[in-house]
Amino acid sequence: MHQSTLTQLAAALEAKQISSEELTRLYLDRCKQFNDSLNCFITITEDEAIEKAKLADKQRAENKHTALTGIPVAQKDIFCTNGIKTSCGSKMLDNFIAPYDATVVEKMNAAGFVTLGKTNMDEFAMGSSNETSFYGSVKNPWNTEYVPGGSSGGSASAVAARLAPIATGTDTGGSIRQPASLCGITGLKPTYGRVSRYGMIAFASSLDQGGPMALTAEDAALMMNVIAGFDERDSTSAEQAVDDYTKNLNNSIEGLKIGLPKEYFGEGLDSNIAKIVEEGIKELEKLGAVCKEIELPNTELSIPAYYVVAPAECSSNLSRFDGVRFGYRCDDPKDLSDLYCRSRGEGFGKEVKRRIMIGAYVLSAGYYDAYYLKAQQIRHLIRDDFQNAFKEVDVIAGPTATGTAFKLNEKINDPVSMYLSDIYTVSVNLAGLPAISMPAGFVNNLPVGMQLIGNYFDESRLLNIAHRYQQVTDHHIAIPEGFE
Amino acid sequence: MSLDKSEVQKIAWLARLAIDEQDIPNYSDELSNILGLVERMNSVKTDGISPLAHPLELPARLRADEVTEKDQRDHFQKHAPLTEEGCYLVPKVIE
Repeated sequence: MHQSTLTQLAAALEAKQISSEELTRLYLDRCKQFNDSLNCFITITEDEAIEKAKLADKQRAENKHTALTGIPVAQKDIFCTNGIKTSCGSKMLDNFIAPYDATVVEKMNAAGFVTLGKTNMDEFAMGSSNETSFYGSVKNPWNTEYVPGGSSGGSASAVAARLAPIATGTDTGGSIRQPASLCGITGLKPTYGRVSRYGMIAFASSLDQGGPMALTAEDAALMMNVIAGFDERDSTSAEQAVDDYTKNLNNSIEGLKIGLPKEYFGEGLDSNIAKIVEEGIKELEKLGAVCKEIELPNTELSIPAYYVVAPAECSSNLSRFDGVRFGYRCDDPKDLSDLYCRSRGEGFGKEVKRRIMIGAYVLSAGYYDAYYLKAQQIRHLIRDDFQNAFKEVDVIAGPTATGTAFKLNEKINDPVSMYLSDIYTVSVNLAGLPAISMPAGFVNNLPVGMQLIGNYFDESRLLNIAHRYQQVTDHHIAIPEGFE
Repeated sequence: MSLDKSEVQKIAWLARLAIDEQDIPNYSDELSNILGLVERMNSVKTDGISPLAHPLELPARLRADEVTEKDQRDHFQKHAPLTEEGCYLVPKVIE
């Protein structure tokens, strides 16, 4: 049963083949069984889950349910969950019990999802390997000596290992798509503003987006139907009407125009990855899509621009963590400055401190124009590159990551090397576009994902293409050894 | 762009981050490397290009100037580090 998709679970619950309580206990047992080896979860909310599952069963018995009532989910520990520890992977919030639910959580609870627990993540969402968490690294279920990717590594690993049928993630520079690629699952970053950021602990406010991490595009579409939509409490929430994301899943992709950026397929791309992505593209061509080479000339500049904009925004967002009103406070502060400096110095990990400091530097007097302003101008160029491309094509395809999962500790001491691996993902966040990563194959038994980038609010189309692809391939059904 | 010790200390102060004296050389190297990466932005001319702050260029929404939040002070202060009579306690600021 734990190998099932959301669609299959919904059918099983409806047919009364299993109750939500039985299903929830089944997943909770797996979470407990495998959490020591994978470290996917920071908190497993066993009692709350069983209580919610029982309520779901009661609602089903009284015919007051929806299709998704009673289905378990894992929530990334970046989403505030009322009454439940919300740590953001940091010592700074190790003692933080969220006093309210994030909109994403509220919506999913209302739809009847049962929260199994809060998943591990890179601290404050800063990282691409889930090695910066205060709670230790997450392991990739395909090979536990390897990273799952980050920052939504716990969610990706949990879904790949079938500890949860679906999970939430967040994506600021690739943090849904890259771990989805490295763990062999499907991850969607929605258009900026599509999913409410209320209650989602902020890293970079102009880049962050929450989204589904699932086994299939269809499952991701089901979650999008629940979480997408305007929220008054998020001042950057888009007022665009919400589609039924499942409606067009089975549409033909005959005549679909796919752009292949020449910058994505240059010499630097690992030939094994290139081969898999090319095979994926051929499958789409067999389904009727037509490919064309395009240019995104400012691709290379997306990394430096991102590593100015994101740290700048994070330095501002993380200034609320001051030891005064909530979170970690240092012992015996001598004076107010000492309170601030040591609470923050002791509460934040190395990567977070690095990024805050870069951010403070690029925003400081005398440097703002050279760095932050320049980065925002490059952001404009990158956005324009994509808009020009979308005049000629419907979607853009390419690799999600520069390689398969790498070994734990291989890159953590070289931040710049880690940053460079974000080349396929960060420009999408800078432009605010939606993008999906879907499993496209394996190299040395490690998953490889393929990315599709769409125009604003075109999530339906991305999900449609991914769904048609998943109907003729089976990479997304593969289960890591030991987790069957 | 290479950062020296005093610059690292200045940045740490701006960010109100306590850092150990012995870690400064490390921070200096790492931050300098990152700034080196960032320097690549200079390879393109951007004169006259307007900066893009919001990816979709949507304006900030306005709302009526009305109180919509309810007072939940006690609820929020339940997990505060140190409070007294509804106030958050910090070391004395004014002598």
